[in-house]
Amino acid sequence: MRVYVSRPRNFTAAVLLLCAVRYSLYTLAKNAVTGHRRWPPAWRQPQPKKKYAVVVIGGGGHGLATAYYLARNHGMCDVAVLEKSYLGGGNTGRNTTIVRSNYLLDANAKFYEHSLKLWEKLSQDLNFNLMFSQRGVLNLAHSDPQLDEFARRGNAMRLNGIDAVFLDRAGVQAKVPLLDCSPRTRFPVMGGLLQPRAGTARHDSVAWGYARAASARGVDIIENCEVTAMRRAGGRISGVDTSRGFIQAGKVAIAVAGNSSRLAAMAGLRLPIESHVLQAMVSEPVKPVLDTVVTSGIAHMYISQSDKGELVFGGDLDGYNSYAQRGNLPVLEHIIQAAVTLFPAVSRMRLLRTWGGVMDMSMDGSPIIGKLPPPNLYFNGGWCYGGFKATPASGWCFAHTIANDAPHPLNEAFTLSRFQRGFLIDEKGAGAAPGAH
Amino acid sequence: MLLIQCPHCGARAQTEFTYGGDATRERPAPESVTAEEWLDYVYLRDNPRGPHLEWWHHAAGCRRWLKLRRDTATHKFVP
Repeated sequence: MRVYVSRPRNFTAAVLLLCAVRYSLYTLAKNAVTGHRRWPPAWRQPQPKKKYAVVVIGGGGHGLATAYYLARNHGMCDVAVLEKSYLGGGNTGRNTTIVRSNYLLDANAKFYEHSLKLWEKLSQDLNFNLMFSQRGVLNLAHSDPQLDEFARRGNAMRLNGIDAVFLDRAGVQAKVPLLDCSPRTRFPVMGGLLQPRAGTARHDSVAWGYARAASARGVDIIENCEVTAMRRAGGRISGVDTSRGFIQAGKVAIAVAGNSSRLAAMAGLRLPIESHVLQAMVSEPVKPVLDTVVTSGIAHMYISQSDKGELVFGGDLDGYNSYAQRGNLPVLEHIIQAAVTLFPAVSRMRLLRTWGGVMDMSMDGSPIIGKLPPPNLYFNGGWCYGGFKATPASGWCFAHTIANDAPHPLNEAFTLSRFQRGFLIDEKGAGAAPGAH
Repeated sequence: MLLIQCPHCGARAQTEFTYGGDATRERPAPESVTAEEWLDYVYLRDNPRGPHLEWWHHAAGCRRWLKLRRDTATHKFVP
């Protein structure tokens, strides 16, 4: 991996970077003396300027990471991130915090492994504690064909330099004592595929950390600023109309997974994407019982324990198009049944909270990062269930695509035109269906 | 729980149904279809936030396919 850091090219950005307060033992002790009342805000709240070289639409993890890497890797600091609500209020704050790179196909494996490598150093890079915990992700196999598929995927991962450990039933039971591995259960466990370097990260911190680091490099982060239309001039996008006025833009980048179709429609485009609601939930907090992430494709359930002690779990889509950010009870009931079947010990726990997020379900289950037909419009979306873990690599590659007007080698395959050319990246081999992940 | 008005059976629970997706798409004639039309039919969607015409299969009821309009922002079925 080539890591390069540019010096800020303009004076304001250089001054901002010099004046930024670093989080360290020294500043912590210094602020303790004043009762922690004098910490500066983590990012500036500027008024939008009339014009920016790059306008990034969407202040979630991906948009903020894009802005950060535009400034850090490419020296582009004349950048605005427009967020319709507050930072990380969409899918960045609604996911279940899992980070992994256990993919079969080369394009996905290389991209997500780059992401995982960035995650491993991200807290230091951003000077922000992301509470990244490499506690492992374990996929459970409940049948012989699934064991075969896991062996194949595990081997493919290792050939791509990704860690993968194939476990038999005894290995799974030793790794996860809470799991019911008896032969009597509804979905008997036959083995599993473990990625030890995978894990979890504090999702809100990712938005805040990228926002703070980008803001320190001169990026303007503008909250409560919803894009309502795109203006065209001579075949290009000249700027965007927002709830806070018109903003002229040299380049426009869309990173609004969940609402991609609506933004693309403003530019007169249709996408191979449907918006669907995905639900998740947390239990009341308990003492540590589960020190890894466990997923079961057959039972439609995945579960982990947060640092606060809550069990965080979720499952499949509700299954119908939705922008509502809330789902319905039948799917929750199904997920809870699966959780109780696999982990009978949780049956008497109380549920603390459930919520839903809007997923950008692409037609082959893989993302789209690239250029759209107007020559200065760039698109990042179609993340299905899996956008959170991709945040660093997504921002890295998207920034490269915007800065160079050409894709990074890691996102060359994730074009929009792949659907027309027949070069799908279909991890499940399921054909055109907006339900893969 | 969505309550779905089946014209043949009356109001029934969502769990009796299977979702069939966007019902505005029309399969192009196989003998004259162009690559663009096929891309349009197989992959591209309007994906509106608001009223959405869609297929629902009353799988655990009368087993008929229904074409219903539902608001994707509120989940309410609309006429």
